[in-house]
Amino acid sequence: MTLIQELNSTEPLLEIRDLAITFSSSTGDVPAVRNAHLTVMPGETVAIVGESGSGKSTTALAAIGLLPGNGRVTGGRILFAGEDLTQAGPKRIMELRGNSIGMVPQDPMSSLNPVWKIGAQIKETLRANGLPSGPGDVAQVLAEAGLPDAERRARQFPHEFSGGMRQRALIAIGLSCRPRLLIADEPTSALDVTVQRQILDHLENMTADLGTAVLLITHDLGLAAERARKVVVMYKGQVVESGSAQEILTNPRHPYTKRLVEAAPSLSSRRIQSARAAGIDSADLLAPVAEAAAAADNVIEVQDLTKVFKLRTGFGKSTDFTAVDGVSFAIKRGTTTAVVGESGSGKSTVARMVLNLETPTSGRILFDGVETAGLSRGELLKFRRRVQPIFQDPYGSLDPMYNIFRTIEEPLRVHKIGDSRSREAKVRKLLDQVALPASVMRRFPNELSGGQRQRIAIARALALDPEVVICDEAVSALDVLVQDQILNLLADLQQELGLSYLFITHDLAVVRQIADHVCVMDKGRLVETGSTDSVFASPRQDYTRALLAAIPGARLELPPEVA
Amino acid sequence: MPEYRRDHIEHYVAPIEETPLQATDKVAEDVQPLSLWAEAWHNLRRQPLFIIASVLILLIVVVALLPGLFTQTEPNANCQLANSDGGPAPGHPLGFTVQGCDVYARLIYGTQASLTVGIFATLGALLVGGVLGAIAGFHGGWLDSVIARIGDVFFALPLILGAIIIMQLPFFRENRNVWTVVITLVVFGWPQVARITRGAVISVRNADFVTAARSLGVSRAAALVRHVIPNALAPVIVVATVNLGIFIVAEATLSFLGIGLPPAVMSWGNDISAAQVSLRSNPSTLLWPAAALSVTVLSFIMLGDALRDALDPKARKR
Repeated sequence: MTLIQELNSTEPLLEIRDLAITFSSSTGDVPAVRNAHLTVMPGETVAIVGESGSGKSTTALAAIGLLPGNGRVTGGRILFAGEDLTQAGPKRIMELRGNSIGMVPQDPMSSLNPVWKIGAQIKETLRANGLPSGPGDVAQVLAEAGLPDAERRARQFPHEFSGGMRQRALIAIGLSCRPRLLIADEPTSALDVTVQRQILDHLENMTADLGTAVLLITHDLGLAAERARKVVVMYKGQVVESGSAQEILTNPRHPYTKRLVEAAPSLSSRRIQSARAAGIDSADLLAPVAEAAAAADNVIEVQDLTKVFKLRTGFGKSTDFTAVDGVSFAIKRGTTTAVVGESGSGKSTVARMVLNLETPTSGRILFDGVETAGLSRGELLKFRRRVQPIFQDPYGSLDPMYNIFRTIEEPLRVHKIGDSRSREAKVRKLLDQVALPASVMRRFPNELSGGQRQRIAIARALALDPEVVICDEAVSALDVLVQDQILNLLADLQQELGLSYLFITHDLAVVRQIADHVCVMDKGRLVETGSTDSVFASPRQDYTRALLAAIPGARLELPPEVA
Repeated sequence: MPEYRRDHIEHYVAPIEETPLQATDKVAEDVQPLSLWAEAWHNLRRQPLFIIASVLILLIVVVALLPGLFTQTEPNANCQLANSDGGPAPGHPLGFTVQGCDVYARLIYGTQASLTVGIFATLGALLVGGVLGAIAGFHGGWLDSVIARIGDVFFALPLILGAIIIMQLPFFRENRNVWTVVITLVVFGWPQVARITRGAVISVRNADFVTAARSLGVSRAAALVRHVIPNALAPVIVVATVNLGIFIVAEATLSFLGIGLPPAVMSWGNDISAAQVSLRSNPSTLLWPAAALSVTVLSFIMLGDALRDALDPKARKR
């Protein structure tokens, strides 16, 4: 069948019907996917959207026969160009892989073999599918991926590639054998937003040229709607809604989809107002928090902050690397200031210096008018009480050996606050504040989900009644709905306790929801600051504009009630 | 087969009663809380390897503590040359040694020396290696290099060769007893524990929860003791368990070579050594202590294996 004939065909390329997948574990069989069905027409892009654990990746992996060892298809059919893959033998599936169905994996950092040159890995794919694999062919594949100087690049090792370049190489490998279907499993979730956009644009152009159908797996509804014609929403292993992207966004019918559309940060364009505050006085809803606090003083002032790291380049030799270069900003009491930038922009180093975990090379940090450098031991302990952090990785920031009670109680014990009874009462109150039942006190972190752990981390940070909370990418690792829940919780707590937040993030969509002021950082320098509204409405720097344009869903035109 | 039209995409909505909506991020309330150790115990209880190993070790410990329970024969009191190399007789199930002593009684009483050396050498290596490894890993920098290099020096010497030299030193030659053997084994055993501890501490040191604790106001030393060490303990315990078996073998080897425990102390190593002369005429005098040694070492190594599986962080659910 020629490409044109195929594109005009009414036969679906991939059709999944009533698919059921079960994982066997030590405690018995766990159903992972039930009644899943979706159709991909030749050359069409279809997105599967869902939170982690919704079965979206499992469904896609079943189509390429790559389920993990303890998973198996227990019902339904996977028809690829009319052929039932659930009945096909391993040999047939192997023939189809690469040749007819390609795959772009999720994590570019660990998906390339570090001891092999990039060229060798492309050659491997070409050879496995019986295609010519000379140096010219390899360079050709890399060039198609948009990597300049392809012949030289092919001789490099994966560690010499940036994350975006690696993902390009992986896309090149996935498309090298001209498959009819490409499965892209969260291809850009590990990359910076601007790189994400480039990669997705490139993927779109390449597959459009080749007429390849794409099954795009993502947790981001905005991204799905922007890139795919058809969206399939999965929840708890089932398809809850599917339809055209526009239809799903504007007219969601299943309650879960409605919830997703409401929570999607890329689609929301307003600062979260504390629901409790709104309940008390609806007139307050109109007055932005920033204005209310305009008269307030600066709780943290950062002046001309610079941090230079020494990088060892050899024995006794080192070069200077300026991670943070002359950064100045201030946080008004009771407001949220966001520091935005891509990875390597120095934003986390700023957070660590404000937390007094790293010493600035030059410049000053004033907390309540007092310089934080050179505090005595006792003063430092007092400072620690008033400034608390929340970290990015909810899996890493809680000690796995401590149960939840000990985790939240630790700051109280360290600062010798109260006796054991009053501490227990305080822990109960904190758990209540972060909307967790008191029964989690005896649990251990590994028994809780990422969002729940992040709420525990917030409770721990609030134990000492701090004035400033520094959130270092505090919601980046969370699913959209959970992220929305945590952001609302943070907004409520700010209203209730008068907290000031320093919010470090790479995600401008999140900034829009939570921050009053924004500082945009690029390569250690502050490129733009201002109120969130003014920066979003009229960005003055090209860099800020590029960041804004890269928000997935930014280009979607939506009816006003959604936008 | 239904007809697909490219320009029309059907809007499908699953029946809501089939896909009930749950509260976002609900806490599962029906699960029993389990700490790392409780979970490991939960897994270990069903493992045949662990059960066999721990029953054997329990038996060996009881034998070592209360040898009188297992034999009424005094091991050295009634040695009669008339019984030399004699076969099993009533009351003497395993026969007699060259000297006419009861093999079974010596086997039972020899357990104590072997186990004492094994346990105390392990504890000593844990203490020295654990502390030095933890300091090296946590402090890093020059201190790490110094400790690592010193460890390498000891690591490079083969245990037996190094032990032969130490045991020949005047002080050790004149005071040969259980404790000198323990000291010798610790001297050559600590670097391995130190290496493992150092690696485990480094992997935990930069974890977010340590940074979080530091920014709560926990001092460096307290963070090391309260957060880093408990999280780094699992691999160290596994290595220590396996080491215990190795130390028991090392003691037997040294005693066999005549530079371990003095002949007056009953130990399996000494018995194996003494049985050499009658290897051809009466091999069972050599085989019984050797079998006891093998079973003991095997149980500790099996226990170490079972612990390694149970404490594997990758096997834990997140």
